[in-house]
Amino acid sequence: MANLKDLRLRITSVKSTQKITSAMKMVAASKLRRAQAAAEEGRPYAERMERMLGELTSSLLSVDGAPKLLAGSGLNDNHLIVAITADRGLCGGFNGSIIRNTISKIVELQAKGKKVKILCLGRKGSDALKREFSNQIVSTLEGLTKDGVDFALTRDIASNLIERFEAEEFDVCTIIYNKFISVISQQVSIEQVIPFPVSKVEAADAEAADESENGKYLMEPSEEEILDDLLPLNLSIQLYKALLESNASEHGARMSAMDNATRNAGDMLDDLTMTYNRTRQAVITSELIEIISGAEAL
Amino acid sequence: MAEKEGKIKVEIVTPVKLLFSESTNMVVIPGGEGDFGVLVGHAPMISQVRAGTINIYNGDKVSTQIFVEGGIAEVTSEGCIVLAEEAVRVVDIDKKVAEERLLKALAAQKSDKNHVDGLNAPEVVAAEARVSAAQS
Repeated sequence: MANLKDLRLRITSVKSTQKITSAMKMVAASKLRRAQAAAEEGRPYAERMERMLGELTSSLLSVDGAPKLLAGSGLNDNHLIVAITADRGLCGGFNGSIIRNTISKIVELQAKGKKVKILCLGRKGSDALKREFSNQIVSTLEGLTKDGVDFALTRDIASNLIERFEAEEFDVCTIIYNKFISVISQQVSIEQVIPFPVSKVEAADAEAADESENGKYLMEPSEEEILDDLLPLNLSIQLYKALLESNASEHGARMSAMDNATRNAGDMLDDLTMTYNRTRQAVITSELIEIISGAEAL
Repeated sequence: MAEKEGKIKVEIVTPVKLLFSESTNMVVIPGGEGDFGVLVGHAPMISQVRAGTINIYNGDKVSTQIFVEGGIAEVTSEGCIVLAEEAVRVVDIDKKVAEERLLKALAAQKSDKNHVDGLNAPEVVAAEARVSAAQS
């Protein structure tokens, strides 16, 4: 039987672990609330942007010389994958599922003979992907979601992506991130952002057409110039939305992971206390027996 | 014009939040090719928005002024949506901060070797518009 001192030490250590996990849960809960609010406030913009693009793109697609961000570079050989993970761990399967999905996507694309490059947003992703694909990671950005998601920063990343696209470093860009479903569930979502996926827009377009019945819009100054403005903006918005969702998911995942850990620690404490008390009883009993038998011997 | 019919729905949205959403009589937007006013029944239009102040009229008076830093406006017969990269109510602009920003933008422009004289960088234009919005 384990001795009393060891048991006492175990109990204290489990207790302090529980304190840490429950504190982390509280922190994650309050951050989650903020992240969720931010994600909700960002939604109206993204919705309206999507509708407006729907109006514009359908008429332009058939025309030659449509912007490259919309029509693509005509090739499909070089892929860029933007993997959005957290900077820190201890959040259940949050990072793991992104990494798994990224790897399977890379393998799938490479099997088709495409070249794949990776841009990691978040340290955990690059840590894991470095092992297998170290020479394919173009760059890694950290600390994006430290205190909320900053739109100006997102815009910089987007314009960097566009520069790379225009320098023909890649033809297709896909982002992989965790979509926030609820506090306890996230869904890995894979979205193509460059070239702008038109099928999604057509659905939105049909809806918008029903709604307005106004037919064509006047453009000022011109359709091309507006699209030139709108497409890069849309890319920033898509990224921004993904980062917001991912941020909310991260805190949700961490909160439920820490909740589980706290509960497990509680169970463990119960078991340990029980064993501790039993052992203490046994020690007392054996001491009593010793005293009694000692008295009898006299 | 009957009061109720004469109203349009104006929304000013930034990526961070929905800043303004109200029904109003008229709105004047700094378009890419000059200011334009929107009343009920306006032809559907999509326009660029340059850095400047959006005036929202309720009755004959300006009820709200909002400074936007570029974006896109979508006008329909019932309303108008402005997608701005950055927007702030004029009353909330801190003039000192705005002026500092202008100085910084000017300094950045000076140190930029590719800069063409007489043509201001977008940052400078935006900062200038912000300062003048704060003054009005």
